[in-house]
Amino acid sequence: MPKITFIEHDGTPHTVEIAVGKSVMQAAVENNVPGIDADCGGECACATCHVYVDAAWIEKTGLPAPGSQEASMLSFAAVTQPDSRLSCQIPVTEALDGLVVRMPEGQH
Amino acid sequence: MNAPVHYDAALEEAKLNAASLPLSEIDVSDPKLYQNDVYYPYFERLRREDPVHYREDGMYGSFWSVTKFKDIMAVETHPEIYSSEAKLGGISITDRPMRYRRSSFISMDPPRHDEQRKVVSPIVAPANLNNMSDIIRQRVCRVLDNLPRNETFDWVKLVSIELTTLMLTTLFDFPEDRRHKLTYWSDVATQDVNAGGVVDSEEKRLEILREALAEFTALWHERAAKPPGFDLISMLAHGEATKNLVNDPQEFLGNLTLLIVGGNDTTRNSMSGGLWALCKNPDEWDKLRANPALVTSMVPEIIRWQSPIVHMRRTAVADAELGGKQIKQGNKVVMWYISGNRDEDTIDRPNDFIIDRARPRHHLSFGFGVHRCVGNRLAEMQLITLWEEIVKRFPKIELMEEPERIYSNFIHGISRMMVRIPA
Repeated sequence: MPKITFIEHDGTPHTVEIAVGKSVMQAAVENNVPGIDADCGGECACATCHVYVDAAWIEKTGLPAPGSQEASMLSFAAVTQPDSRLSCQIPVTEALDGLVVRMPEGQH
Repeated sequence: MNAPVHYDAALEEAKLNAASLPLSEIDVSDPKLYQNDVYYPYFERLRREDPVHYREDGMYGSFWSVTKFKDIMAVETHPEIYSSEAKLGGISITDRPMRYRRSSFISMDPPRHDEQRKVVSPIVAPANLNNMSDIIRQRVCRVLDNLPRNETFDWVKLVSIELTTLMLTTLFDFPEDRRHKLTYWSDVATQDVNAGGVVDSEEKRLEILREALAEFTALWHERAAKPPGFDLISMLAHGEATKNLVNDPQEFLGNLTLLIVGGNDTTRNSMSGGLWALCKNPDEWDKLRANPALVTSMVPEIIRWQSPIVHMRRTAVADAELGGKQIKQGNKVVMWYISGNRDEDTIDRPNDFIIDRARPRHHLSFGFGVHRCVGNRLAEMQLITLWEEIVKRFPKIELMEEPERIYSNFIHGISRMMVRIPA
């Protein structure tokens, strides 16, 4: 199974395994990684699974399409960057084995 | 303690009614159902038999009721079909006469909504919540330490209203000694005109709210003349999308009442409703005493359990299908959060108050989509602080009688709750 590393805002890393087909958000929630709240449960209807995608991976995960629901929800998150994504909108594939994402100071 | 006999009788009657009425006659907009706390059986039937339900010529006109979690989510995530626009009717089931329909960012659609919301949202961003945490805790401690012991008192007045109104003074940088005005305007803004209160007409409501407008207009000009500060009025006065808001009194008043009600009424009623829920579920209180760290999962459960906002309304601006029903352009569509939060298909044992749920934040009380409550984490922080400090101080708080609730199908409000803290 692909491995994903979540790095908390204070620098604490968590590496977890997750089945292909699930989302990066689910990788965090199912493994009790702190810092991903995922209030809406993966509907792209809040912005509480916000992550920053590591520069080395941004080409593989892609960015939200302009005008998409993800872009719209992200625009209400607290501290967004050009590499911001909602992790519920990143499906896990073999190609993402080793993915590194960082977490914001808080979800909101 | 047990509910008084008249409540049990009223609930029995509601159950009979809910089971026997033809579906077409069920009207969940009746504010008395919430005042008497007997709305459950009607929604249970609708969720089971007619989850997207049309009521023609009900107390609040003709409207669709959306009662299940997933259908509410579908409405929330399609603002291009289900509009919040004030002129179409806004966000409440009550169709106010056109001249009283005040615009604000909650009753706007993207992109204008987005521009105005983004001006104020930094005040409740994670970094600023950290800045506010000390003052919130100091106030909670002060209020709790001053509560009477061994004496019956009104929790709503001495705790819920006091703490949330003090929070508002911080958010607006409003004079603390005049804080009761904020509570008053908040109540006036939401009171149902048939509730028997001071607001018996829309004109009367506007007349009182003009006082708020005058005070805040003066504050606005003061702050606009100074460098940007970190309170809501200063942020609006200096924000690119809102710097001329003061010249549009209707929209300024709309946004003021939104921020006052949003920052006040909702958390107030969760502060009262949470204590009520714990008093009704002593086993859960035992759990909390044994493990105070459960406060963090209990607070979202309180917010689900209370559902401080009963409903939000949208107006369809296109034909659409929802839960197998055909919604027509122009139809009024009402999302009953209070029902979706008890949806057995989404929430395990939805009628039970369980303070250690695995995913307690998966509830509808803050809404979802672009209009999701901007202050949701501030609300949680205030409630978490309150309960952390209660657990430290009081092993027990006794409910002396059933709470009194307000006549409203919009705010799920508790107006009086007599309790006693044993010495």
